[in-house]
Amino acid sequence: MMDKMIFGRYVPAESVIHRMDPRSKLVLIFLFVCIVFLANNLLTYGLLTVYTFFMIALSKVPIRFIYTGLKPVLLLVIFTLFLHLFLTKEGEVLFRFGWITIYEEGLRQGIFISLRFFLLILMTSLLTLTTTPIEITDGLESLLNPLNKVKFPVHELALMMSISLRFIPTLMQETDKIMKAQTARGADFTSGPLKERVKAIIPLLIPLFVSSFKRAEELAVAMESRGYRGGEGRTKYRQLSWGLKDTAMFAMLAALSLVLILLRT
Amino acid sequence: MDISLQNVEYRYQVNTPFERLAIKDVSIDIPSGTFLAIIGHTGSGKSTVLQHLNALLKPTEGQVLIGERKITPEKKQKNLKEIRQRVGIVFQFPEHQLFEETVEKDICFGPMNFGVSEEEAKKRARAAIGQVGLPLEILSKSPFDLSGGQMRRVAIAGVLAMEPDVIVLDEPTAGLDPRGRKEIMDMFYSLHGTRGLSTVLVTHSMEDASRYADQIVIMHNGEVYKKGTPKEIFSSPEGLLKLGLDVPEVVRFQLKMEKSLNIRLSKTCLTMDELTDEIAAVMKRGTAT
Repeated sequence: MMDKMIFGRYVPAESVIHRMDPRSKLVLIFLFVCIVFLANNLLTYGLLTVYTFFMIALSKVPIRFIYTGLKPVLLLVIFTLFLHLFLTKEGEVLFRFGWITIYEEGLRQGIFISLRFFLLILMTSLLTLTTTPIEITDGLESLLNPLNKVKFPVHELALMMSISLRFIPTLMQETDKIMKAQTARGADFTSGPLKERVKAIIPLLIPLFVSSFKRAEELAVAMESRGYRGGEGRTKYRQLSWGLKDTAMFAMLAALSLVLILLRT
Repeated sequence: MDISLQNVEYRYQVNTPFERLAIKDVSIDIPSGTFLAIIGHTGSGKSTVLQHLNALLKPTEGQVLIGERKITPEKKQKNLKEIRQRVGIVFQFPEHQLFEETVEKDICFGPMNFGVSEEEAKKRARAAIGQVGLPLEILSKSPFDLSGGQMRRVAIAGVLAMEPDVIVLDEPTAGLDPRGRKEIMDMFYSLHGTRGLSTVLVTHSMEDASRYADQIVIMHNGEVYKKGTPKEIFSSPEGLLKLGLDVPEVVRFQLKMEKSLNIRLSKTCLTMDELTDEIAAVMKRGTAT
């Protein structure tokens, strides 16, 4: 079950996207999230979709893998679609069947909003698929550096992030292991009425909590015994460097936003 | 209950970039009452094989026969509970699976999942806690207040209380002190004898394998490299050493002695007694064969 999760997962490959500076990726994603809202007609949404799939193609992450990984999210997207389809009551009536009435505006909004949602999810997962957690936090730390001046604990925040990202796969493995151990003792996680299933989670959750606390303590001891003491004066092993491809990507996004502004109605 | 793996192949995460072949063409027979040891390096596929024994994993190729049940890649399996009850697995570091407020409740978890009444489960808990060599008072304690070794025993008791016909052990003694190791292994061995269980032991320890098992399977890179009785396996230790696997101390001693004295004993000895008898015989005769 856990095999197919793609959130927070890194797919190693040699591609332009993989080699980009994490800072530029972060800023670009942020900008993309903003310009998605510029689109408001068929043409502009089409452009955004083309751009997104072009980026996925550049990243060389197999599209089938993304598809299977995003299947559960797709449900949410479809839910959004239906919500708009049934609840918006504007424009001409397209279809009437019993108590269900579908309006033109509902169809339009449903499709556009769920598409927007879908594109946002695709792009943000592309970030984590092509960037190692360490790179992401390095990039974030460097971007947030100015906040140090106002005594904001940037390094600690970055450290917290990298630790939690680092332990997601470990936690997943652990979950899988304990699930198997309890299944072997006759626990049933996959069938039965809802109440039973919620109850069945307890034998899974408690061992997970226990081992997480234990692991946190061990990590703290290990860090302290190696003399770790926060950001100040600490040198970096990985240096971030801005390259031509980063500038090119920015130019591309700028061009896209310009076209979107011109084409929107 | 007989278990038989027939040309089993298993791939992790099929259809993703992370797809990985874990085991291939593995055929192992475990007739009722066998003590089988599976040996191999980390990553040789031992643990994957083990998870096929109670249908936690479904083979991607080949088939697994567990008693009357046949597990194939195509068929969706339902009602696996009976298999899970009859094949008990003690996973590596089983103490990580403890979760209840008291030891007694935790041991009862397994049996009660399989429909045993609370009264009967408690009776079994008392019996099981004795089998693993812990005092009865421990039943009312919280499992999280116990020492690591005690937690391990409680977790094992939890599997024993299910009263399985086949017991599968994944490195049950990892991380224990030498005395704890011996006690636990001796306990499993005596259970094997008295209850007529089949036992499958996954281990790194050649000593344990040669001492307890009647059949040994050596796994290497996801395949069965060799199988046979301990005598057969250790009579040609060169192959094992080439794989970087250890051989029991007694066998190693015999090899070294044969080499430096340039003699050859008539058989491969697995225990210290056998070896001393053999050496005594050679010394009496004055020459080796």
